[in-house]
Amino acid sequence: MAILINETTRIVVQGFTGKIGSFHAQDMINYGSNVVGGITPGKGGQTHLGLPVFNTVKEAVQQAGAEASIIFVPPAFAADSIMEAADAGIKYCVAITDGIPTQDMMTVKNFLRRFPKEQRMILTGPNCAGTISPGRAMLGIMPGHIYKQGNVGIVGRSGTLGYEAADQLKALGIGISTSVGIGGDPINGSSHRDIFEHFERDPETKIIVMIGEIGGPQEVEAGIYAKAHMTKPVVAYIAGLTAPEGRRMGHAGAIISSAGESAAEKVAILKDLGVHICPTPSAFGETVAAVLAKL
Amino acid sequence: MDIHEYQAKEILSGYGVKIAEGGLAYSPSDAVQRAREIGGHVWAVKAQIHSGARGKAGGIKICKTHEEVEAAAESLLGKRLVTHQTGAAGKVCARLYVEAGTEIAKELYFCFLVDRSSERIVMVGSAEGGMDIEELALNRPEAITKIYIEPAVGLQDYQAREMAFALGVGAEIMSHAVKTIRGCYRALRDLDVSMLEINPLVITKSGELMALDAKMGFDDNALFRQLKISELRDKTQEDPREMAAADRGLSYVGLDGDIGCMINGAGLAMATMDMIKLAGGEPANFLDVGGGASAERTEKAFRLVLADKGVKAMLVNIFAGINRCDWIAEGVVQAVRKIDMQIPLIVRLSGTNVEEGRRIIAESGLPIITAETLAEAAEKAVKARNEVVAKEQG
Repeated sequence: MAILINETTRIVVQGFTGKIGSFHAQDMINYGSNVVGGITPGKGGQTHLGLPVFNTVKEAVQQAGAEASIIFVPPAFAADSIMEAADAGIKYCVAITDGIPTQDMMTVKNFLRRFPKEQRMILTGPNCAGTISPGRAMLGIMPGHIYKQGNVGIVGRSGTLGYEAADQLKALGIGISTSVGIGGDPINGSSHRDIFEHFERDPETKIIVMIGEIGGPQEVEAGIYAKAHMTKPVVAYIAGLTAPEGRRMGHAGAIISSAGESAAEKVAILKDLGVHICPTPSAFGETVAAVLAKL
Repeated sequence: MDIHEYQAKEILSGYGVKIAEGGLAYSPSDAVQRAREIGGHVWAVKAQIHSGARGKAGGIKICKTHEEVEAAAESLLGKRLVTHQTGAAGKVCARLYVEAGTEIAKELYFCFLVDRSSERIVMVGSAEGGMDIEELALNRPEAITKIYIEPAVGLQDYQAREMAFALGVGAEIMSHAVKTIRGCYRALRDLDVSMLEINPLVITKSGELMALDAKMGFDDNALFRQLKISELRDKTQEDPREMAAADRGLSYVGLDGDIGCMINGAGLAMATMDMIKLAGGEPANFLDVGGGASAERTEKAFRLVLADKGVKAMLVNIFAGINRCDWIAEGVVQAVRKIDMQIPLIVRLSGTNVEEGRRIIAESGLPIITAETLAEAAEKAVKARNEVVAKEQG
């Protein structure tokens, strides 16, 4: 099963023929993802990496049956590309692009809400490493080989910290159903909570790891949702215990700007909600192993 | 990106927000000249630094004579002001804003910001202005009104009226209040403002609605299309280490400790800082080298981390995805040789091509301390730092 993507998901790349798009498209193909083409306006009809290039996402959906897309378009044009994908009937979109203006993301989210929920495109990112269902498909820029297939669902705001977690799990022989990067921006396509819903429904996922950080309300909202609606255990780590208030810690969204947004406060609230806390970033492996042992 | 009060007021004035007459001064004689031009008998001499709470830090002085204006200017210019928003280092005041005194009948609080939960712009106001809004939110949340704005249609007049009534604005200035609120919203949308705060917004004794202070922050991601706003950047108000990094296309956060860090990815950087703290150390900074770090980029990053003279040990923590450990290792070895590094260096590599990376470090013959896990790296960095400090203290 896994969530969002698997070996049959028909993938297209937006920003296909650019340097970064080409590099990662090839990497995804090598991993075994079912990439069926890409979009670069004006280059429709050409062949790139042995696959067809389309002018619009609509053509890619109609002619290649595209279901999922990944966006490598520069920040100034990325919001437009996301909306194009949603309008064309893409079901799942990953936006890798870092640096999209906040107002553009507000427009995107508003645009997505116009579609009835069952027809609405799921968006993860921007400013993320993408999504991987190990052994099946990779829709992202992560090193695929560090992920072992298994039963742990990962959702996180950070790319490299997600790699760290996957690596620690693999070292203990623990695998992953799907790992989803939701990105480090203040307004993102899906929240931790949104991804929790998918994992709860996925029979293969037995436990969920949430990798959060300072800033924003999403970790706590996910914790509240988990307590009310979920049967599966949640392990959480919140990065930035040492981050000073009011400073932006690398991610656009990693800033403590009001009460409840510091790592210590989030950890305390999540603990109260019954979430298992991973106390340090080197304890992902052992914390998950301990919770798994009790299932 | 933040801008100064005087810049924010100039922008808002263009959007129909009423402000007091004022002028910029770089010297005490400038300040007196501005006071003369403005006329009247009362002036506020205000330190222009990128921080709120300037009043409490002594950055705003009310003066009744030109001599007092001169004295106030002398005491503020060149002074380092410390507020709870600036950190312990404070910010140097190099510009003053001299403004006509205002007779205040009532102080209000008003702001717009991006609400991450609803993913909308929210307008926040309170009839109890002039005080710490965070404190008010905590103790008397009922005194605060929040109105969410639908992105598709923007702020509507009824919402502006609702806010104006909540602020306790009388019928006689209602239309001006609506114009003021709408002007602020237009500025926010036009200019990619992420935060606009007027604290206090005042009703004067003559019955006018006026912005007595103004604070604006802009979305860094949108500066590429806000060139006029980018020009307002005042580099003296920002950490010079962060500015130097930004000029080289690297992301750097300066902190107060003494262990320098070079990491890839913001999340891993925060996590590494947490581990350093748990091991008993304090990070001096972190530099995010990002993806695709070449040897040249690595060397640049090293120089920036080490430019901070307080750094007693340096930790490199890379989990290579797009990066490759062998490239990073080559960059590290090259940088250490070129820079002639004098402090201990701890390197932890993981991910793509890790064996090759570790081999390059091992065969370099350089005194590089290596670690396999995050915890081990942090412990070794703190231990090395402690040894350096112990040696310095004899």
